Amino acid sequence: MPTKIEKDTLSGQDTTGHEWDGVKELNTPLPTWWVYTFYATIAFAVVYCALYPSWPWLSGHTQGLLGYSSRAELSLELAAQTEARAKYVDRIRAASLADIRKDPELFNFAMAGGRSAFQTNCMQCHGAGGAGSTGFPNLVDDEWLWGGSIDQIYATIAHGIRNADDKSRQSLMPRYGADDILTAAQVAAVTDYVLSLTGRAKATPEGAKIWQEQCVACHLADGKGNQELGAPNLTDGIWLYGGDRASIYRSIYYARNGSMPAWSGRLDDATIKMLAVYVHALGGGR
Amino acid sequence: MDVRVQDDDAVSLRTAKAALPLYITRIKVYPRAIKGLWRRVKWAALIGLLGIYYLVPWIRWDRGPNAPNQAVLIDLDGRRGWFFDVVIWPQEVYFVTGFLILAAFGLFFATSLFGRVWCGFACPQTVWTDLFMLVERLIEGDRNDRMRLDRAPMSASKAARKGLKHAVWLAIAAATGGAWVFYYVDAPTTLVKIFSGEASLEVYFCVGLLTATTYLLAGWAREQVCTYMCPWPRFQAAMLDEQSVIVTYQKWRGEPRGKHKAGASWDGRGDCVDCNLCVAVCPTGIDIRDGQQIECIGCGLCVDACNQTMDKVGRARGLIRWDTLASQEAKERGASGVAWRPVRPRTLLYAMLLVVVAAVIAGAFYLRTDTDLTIQRDRSPNFVRLSNGDIRNSYAVKILNKSRDERRLQLAVGGLPGAVLGFVGADLDASGGATRLLVHPDSVGTFRVFLTVPAAAAPTGSKSIEFVVRDEAGRDRASHDAVFVGPAR
Repeated sequence: MPTKIEKDTLSGQDTTGHEWDGVKELNTPLPTWWVYTFYATIAFAVVYCALYPSWPWLSGHTQGLLGYSSRAELSLELAAQTEARAKYVDRIRAASLADIRKDPELFNFAMAGGRSAFQTNCMQCHGAGGAGSTGFPNLVDDEWLWGGSIDQIYATIAHGIRNADDKSRQSLMPRYGADDILTAAQVAAVTDYVLSLTGRAKATPEGAKIWQEQCVACHLADGKGNQELGAPNLTDGIWLYGGDRASIYRSIYYARNGSMPAWSGRLDDATIKMLAVYVHALGGGR
Repeated sequence: MDVRVQDDDAVSLRTAKAALPLYITRIKVYPRAIKGLWRRVKWAALIGLLGIYYLVPWIRWDRGPNAPNQAVLIDLDGRRGWFFDVVIWPQEVYFVTGFLILAAFGLFFATSLFGRVWCGFACPQTVWTDLFMLVERLIEGDRNDRMRLDRAPMSASKAARKGLKHAVWLAIAAATGGAWVFYYVDAPTTLVKIFSGEASLEVYFCVGLLTATTYLLAGWAREQVCTYMCPWPRFQAAMLDEQSVIVTYQKWRGEPRGKHKAGASWDGRGDCVDCNLCVAVCPTGIDIRDGQQIECIGCGLCVDACNQTMDKVGRARGLIRWDTLASQEAKERGASGVAWRPVRPRTLLYAMLLVVVAAVIAGAFYLRTDTDLTIQRDRSPNFVRLSNGDIRNSYAVKILNKSRDERRLQLAVGGLPGAVLGFVGADLDASGGATRLLVHPDSVGTFRVFLTVPAAAAPTGSKSIEFVVRDEAGRDRASHDAVFVGPAR
């Protein structure tokens, strides 16, 4: 409790009435501008509460007179973005893939848009730079399972591989060992034959015979594969599931048959076109 | 007792403050009008500097199509600084840094020679405050009229005068903020847009912000800015020495001061008649007779004031004058003063630094090329093994063309024998064997470049290489170091 409020002679201010060992405290009022600023913030808060969503209820919250919501604001911003891009996106939708590659403006836009779409949708399997990993093809090198022309890339992205899409890339390698089509010894023999294509083993007559009976339909007699069927070239240095003896043996015994979703239902056509341009330009495009 | 607005006789702020407790609100300064040489110099500086500030954005400069025709334009959206025939790209912002360093050393140099001439004559705070005081004087009258008006109770005529003054201040402030904006956007079109309500939010914000700061700093804060806000007075002492020419009161001649009746003898007394005119005209409200002090901005108005009084009482001019402290000390001892030494180690050092920085800027500007090359290697993946075993690296290549012509450039690589270049991009011309990269005027060309070497020639780990761009005549235009990464064996 204040005991004795005095007037300070020097400053003309009242004291607070407290005293500690002879030390008294001045009751200097806050600066006027400070006080009015404080009142202004209170007034601001009242107005804000009335205009904007502010008070929580048990379920939901007050909506505010302006009907503002950050979600609506975001969709407006997204719509504005889409609108700003529309003049390029419309042209990309109308142009052929070959024409997009010739037009510097469209090409640069497609590269940026394709890169962005790739980072969102593709990098989970194919890696940030398109380098892939075991079972997920490298898109930077020059080997293509289903063709490396820009139109083939577009078709692969749009319809995917071995999925329920009507136009999906389809083919099926038999599970030679697991389904008892070949014995383990026969699989080993044909493994030797495959290795012999890259000069890493000596082919046996039995292996050559099985190769002729079982493999040449898809991988062709010289082992160079067939992009119509997604049958890989077995004569080069690129192996999707590993090129050592054990990996090749497993590939024949169990078969691989990797799949990829169709993107035509998930992304619009312009985005798929931009992705095709981007993937084609990564380095392997033909 | 309130000493603030009742004393028509000028009292310096130091004296006024001495009568008040520790924490005081501002004591308003009412500078009186004065005529004289230094006032004329200040008017000339004001007209010249404000003229430059307001007119420069309106100078037109023909640069041909697809380029702004404003002579000085800092285009933040387009990321270009246009200064007549010089175009600065964002990565060359060091030229601006260089000019700022030059300005700083220029300030040190001028201060060591002439004291705070910058503060007194050229600083925007001084120039705009002078302009605002002129407006104030035209509307409210001179010092005594203004003090009387402030003391008077509110009336229709007082409200009208004050209202008119603030309206004119705000108009000048708005024009100032507007002129600032014109350095960053096209002046004629933006002026129309500002008034038709079509200018961008940024433009209105900047005009508003600079209107507010100009109005507050030049109208209200005035000498408070120089005394309390500005760091420069705090460290100017390091630039000044006893050979710097500053505003001085000749104590040896003026003291003992006192009122003087016409016809009375001047024997046994100083020339100072204590008219206080030097205090009344001072824009920062100090008494120069107290000696050097931090509030003095060196504007020389007290020199004009004292000369006027000396003429009236028939004594020699120059009781308050521009002089060096060394000379004043000598005169105090009875000597005739010492010669001014403008060439001193301090001034030599500042002059040398000025020359060195200017030479560095000039050298950098002379060596500046209109083509620039940057290379960024893809690191995901580090390298690609092709089906035939070849090793390939990919690079993002950016070629800056700062010229106004289209460039057709060839890219070559050094330090990697057997390397084959491959290009992806729409601006390519592959006719006639070699691939040429087309870079449009005043823009950056972006290309994807592949470097492929046979497996046998591929380096183990990383190897330094160099990319070079050459023009049609085969001259090297720009180069950039890079590395090629091969598999570790």
